[in-house]
Amino acid sequence: MYNYNQFDHDFVRNRVDQFRGQVGRRLDGSLTEDEFKPLRLMNGLYLQLHAYMLRVAIPYGTLNSRQMNQLAMIAEKWDKGYGHFTTRQNIQYNWPKLKDTPDILDALADVEMHAIQTSGNCVRNVTADHFAGAAADEIEDPRPTAELLRQWSMDHPEFQFLPRKFKIAMTGSPNDRAVTKAHDIGIRMVRNENNEPGYEILIGGGLGRTPMIGKVVREFLPKADLLPYIEAILQVYNLHGRRDNKYKARIKILVHETGIDTLREWIEEAFETQKAYHQAPPQEMIDAIEAQFQPPEFDTAEVDEEKLADALSSDPLLRSFVETNVSQHFDHNHAIITISLKPIGGTPGDATADQMRVMANLAQAYGYDELRISHEQNVILPHVRRDDLPEIHRILKEAGLATANVGLLSDMIACPGMDYCALATARSIPVAQELSNAFEDLKHQQDIGPLKIKISGCINACGHHHVGHIGILGLDKAGVESYQITLGGDGTETASIGERAGPGFSYEEIVPAVSRLLDLYMEIREGKDDTFLDVYRRVGAEPFKQALYPEEAESV
Amino acid sequence: MARIQYPKVVTANHLLEGDVIYMTASGKWSRKHEEAKLFEDPQEAELALKMAQGQAHMLAGAYLADAQLGSNGKPEPVHFREAFRTRGPSNYPNHGKQAEG
Repeated sequence: MYNYNQFDHDFVRNRVDQFRGQVGRRLDGSLTEDEFKPLRLMNGLYLQLHAYMLRVAIPYGTLNSRQMNQLAMIAEKWDKGYGHFTTRQNIQYNWPKLKDTPDILDALADVEMHAIQTSGNCVRNVTADHFAGAAADEIEDPRPTAELLRQWSMDHPEFQFLPRKFKIAMTGSPNDRAVTKAHDIGIRMVRNENNEPGYEILIGGGLGRTPMIGKVVREFLPKADLLPYIEAILQVYNLHGRRDNKYKARIKILVHETGIDTLREWIEEAFETQKAYHQAPPQEMIDAIEAQFQPPEFDTAEVDEEKLADALSSDPLLRSFVETNVSQHFDHNHAIITISLKPIGGTPGDATADQMRVMANLAQAYGYDELRISHEQNVILPHVRRDDLPEIHRILKEAGLATANVGLLSDMIACPGMDYCALATARSIPVAQELSNAFEDLKHQQDIGPLKIKISGCINACGHHHVGHIGILGLDKAGVESYQITLGGDGTETASIGERAGPGFSYEEIVPAVSRLLDLYMEIREGKDDTFLDVYRRVGAEPFKQALYPEEAESV
Repeated sequence: MARIQYPKVVTANHLLEGDVIYMTASGKWSRKHEEAKLFEDPQEAELALKMAQGQAHMLAGAYLADAQLGSNGKPEPVHFREAFRTRGPSNYPNHGKQAEG
C-alpha cells in the first residue's frame, strides 16, 4: 500500500498545524461560527445532532494494522470506544470534543491518515473496489490510479469551490463492487482491442434527491490521459454546473439538462486544451506509486485440501461462514474474508476499539498486514491463506465478528440517520436493528438468499436506498417518522434505480411491510437461485405492491 | 389548515462539547430541556434568539424550537427530532443525555 513521502508528511502535518490555529481562534472568540464552519468542514469536522463528528478518510478503503490500531486508540482516547464505518469507506467518530480535534488529526498524521476533503464542495475521498488487488476477476488493481487521483485532487486550487461535492469511484473488475454508476465520475478499468489497459469513464451518476445512473462519456481512455481528461470534466462542471440551486448543482443535473453528447464535446474540447499544456506526472512518480501496490509475496505452499475439508465438515458454523463471508482470491491458496460489521441487532458499520484491534492483529498475523473497508460498511481481510480460515474464524467468533451474513438480509447498509445526523429526517439505525432482529435466524436468511436492503434517513441517500433491492427512505411526514419503500434497485454493473412502491409506512409498520415482501418472494420464486432481484425484474412491481398494500388490493 | 403556533425554546449546541443546550429563564444555559424557558411571545423569542446568536464564544447553531408545557408543568419538545435531541442516540442508551439520567 501507499506510504507517504516527505512531501505528503509535511503537507498533512502543516494542515493539522493550520487547523490547530483555526480551532484556537474559534475558542478565543476571534472567529465566529460562520467563519469557522467552512474551515472545520474542509478538515472533516461536522457539528451533528448531539455532538461534533469527525469524518476520517480511508483512501480507496485501504489500511494496514498500524492504522487500524491507531483508529482504535483514537476511539478510546477521544471518543466513546467505537467508530462507525461509512458507505464512502470512511470512519466517523461521533463524540469528539472541539478542543481535542487537532490532537486527533495529529494522531492520524502519525500513521499517514487525515480528514482533509471529507466534506465541502470539493473532490471527496476516492473510493474503490474493496477487493482491489485480490479479486479473481480483476483486470488491474485500481488503487494506483485512485492514489494518483487522491494526490491530484488534494488541495487542487481550481477545484476547492465546485458547485457541489464531487465523488469519484473506481473498479478494476467487470463485476462492479464500487457502485461506480452512482458516482459523479465512475472509472472502470478496461482493455481495448489491442489488449492495452485503460479506463471507461462514466459521469453523472448519483443518488440523493434526483437519482441517476452514470452515462459513459469515454469508452476508452488511455492511462496516460487520465489526469488531463478528469481535469477537463471538472473544468466543464466547474464552469457550467448550476450554482443557483443547491439541489441542482451536482454534475448529474448538468448531464441531464445538457445531454451527454453535448457535454462530451465540451469535455473533449477542454481535454485537447488541457493536454496541450498539462504537465503529466513524471513516470518515475507513477512507477513509485505502482510499486507500492504490488501484491505481497504470497506464501506459495499448497493448502492441505483434505485437512481444510475435514475442518469444514466438522464445524457447521465455520462452513456457513466460509460459504457466505469468503470470496475467491486470484491466488488459489488464498481467499478474501469479509468481516461483517452487522451482528444481529447491531448498528451497521460500528466496530469497538477492541474489535478494531482484533482485526488489525488478524491482518498482521494472517493477512500480509492489509485491511480494507467496504462501502457496504464491512471490513475485509483481502489476502489470507485458506488453511488459516478455521483459526481466523475462531478468533473472529471470540470477538463477536463472525456473523455469517455477508450479502444476506441482515448485511444491511444504514446511514447514521436521526440518531446522529443533523440533516436526517428520520432514524435509520433502529429500523436496521429491528429488521435484523426480526430475521435473526441466519438459516432463514440463507434460504431467502442474496438480498440488499439499504436504509437512508433522508433524501440525501447516504444509505444508498435507491440501489437496494429493497430500499427504505425515512422521512418526516407531518411530524411523524414515515418510511418509503423502493424496489428493484441495484448498485452493481447491472445498476438500476429502485422504483417507489407507494405511500410510506410508520416506524411500527415498516418491518411487517418488508416481511410481507419477502413472504411473497418466497412464495413465487422458482427455486433458490431465483433471487429477489431476478423475481422483481421478471414479475414487475405489481405483485409486490399488492403484498405491501393488501387492503387496497382487496378493494380494487 | 393553519399551522398550530407552539411556544418556543431557544436551543443550540455547546461550542466545546457540541452537545445540546437550552436557554433558561435567567438567560443562562442548561443541558436539560425541562429547564428551558418557554417563550409564548414570538417577539420575545426572537429577541432571545438574537442574544443567543451573540454568544458565539460558547455556542453554535442557535435556533428556536417548538415546545409545549408538559403534564408535569415543565416544557417538553413537540417534534420527534427535538425529542431525540433531549435524549441521545437510540442505538446506544448509555450515550448522550439519556445516560446522565
